[in-house]
Amino acid sequence: MPNLKELKNRIASVTSTQKITKAMQLVAAAKLRRAQEHAEAARPYAERMDAVLANLSQGMVGNPGAPKLFQGTGSDQTHLLIVATAERGLCGGFNTSIAKLARQHADQLIASGKTVKILCIGRKGYDVLKRLYEPQIVETITLGHLKSVSFADVQPISKKVLDWFDAGEFDVCSLFYSRFKNVVTQIPTQQQLIPATVPEGVETANLNGAIYEYEPEEDEILAELLPRNMTVQIFRGLLENAAGEQGARMSAMDNATRNAGEMIDDLTLVYNRTRQAIITKELIEIISGAEAL
Amino acid sequence: MAEKLNFDLVSPDRLLMSEEVDMVLVPGSEGDFGVLPAHAPVMSTLKPGVLEVTGGAEGSSRIFVRGGFAEVTPQGLTVLAEEAIPLAELDVAKLDQSIQDAEEDVADAKDDQTRDAAQLTLDHLRQIRESL
Repeated sequence: MPNLKELKNRIASVTSTQKITKAMQLVAAAKLRRAQEHAEAARPYAERMDAVLANLSQGMVGNPGAPKLFQGTGSDQTHLLIVATAERGLCGGFNTSIAKLARQHADQLIASGKTVKILCIGRKGYDVLKRLYEPQIVETITLGHLKSVSFADVQPISKKVLDWFDAGEFDVCSLFYSRFKNVVTQIPTQQQLIPATVPEGVETANLNGAIYEYEPEEDEILAELLPRNMTVQIFRGLLENAAGEQGARMSAMDNATRNAGEMIDDLTLVYNRTRQAIITKELIEIISGAEAL
Repeated sequence: MAEKLNFDLVSPDRLLMSEEVDMVLVPGSEGDFGVLPAHAPVMSTLKPGVLEVTGGAEGSSRIFVRGGFAEVTPQGLTVLAEEAIPLAELDVAKLDQSIQDAEEDVADAKDDQTRDAAQLTLDHLRQIRESL
């Protein structure tokens, strides 16, 4: 028979766990709202950027003068994978699902004889990936000290990546992050950054037959736009991640709180039964003692 | 004026302005240019400077922009600016103070990296100051 004291202790410990998960859920809910606003505020810029890029790239396809960022180095031997994850755990499968997508991609590339390099943004992605790809991880950037990511924080990251590209360290670059669909759904996404791709479904402006005037020349604009586009895409990825992380944590903590509640109910039932059994046993002992007299 | 120009100003953080205006003066990298309704399609990079909007919902406004693009299509004008600060939100005294702070940062910097970063901030602040 379970010890009453032990049961009481367990109920107390589960109750305090429940309090913590409940608090974490509330904090995540509050942070989620802000993160979501940030992510949504950043979307117009990224969308317009896509549209401008789409307009420009129409005239650039197959043009030998196009910048390298647009047409690639002509080889696809070395791949750089930028894996953006959260800085903290306890958010369900959020980090693992991003890492899993990156891992599948990396395995596929390694199997086909390509060289893979990994840049981790966020500590959790590094923790997951280092077990398998320690030698491939070139750098880990942590943003844990920042309350929220600003555009200026992303610029050094994209500059670093561009410097590596200019130095010929890699040929193809893709970004892995989690797209925030809604609070319960985050979609791990892979996006190719170099060579730049125009996402499908972006409408190009209807010029009614007119031709753009470019100031300065088309290729110069494109050369300036592409590095910026890198920053914007990474920035967008990080903001979507931030919102997704809070959403994932909120639902994970909601589940944890509910599980703790169920556990408390079960334990309380066992506790009450045990207590009643002890009382009954004592009564029987007293009564049978009295009858024996 | 009967016809209006659809004008959008977006920065990475937010959509600053999306409204119908009479005219916008854009600081293009190869010279300022004005955009009126039914302007021919143009795509231009921006230099740091002041964007002037005339005839918007709240009258005229002046906005400092740095780094980005202006795109004119038959549908209107879109300005993508990496940084955009409405001049009305700027305080000259505060700005001068930050410039002074930045100058001290440059002077105090111990290695090249921090000095470059401080110098960049200082240049940015000076550009804003000049535009006032």
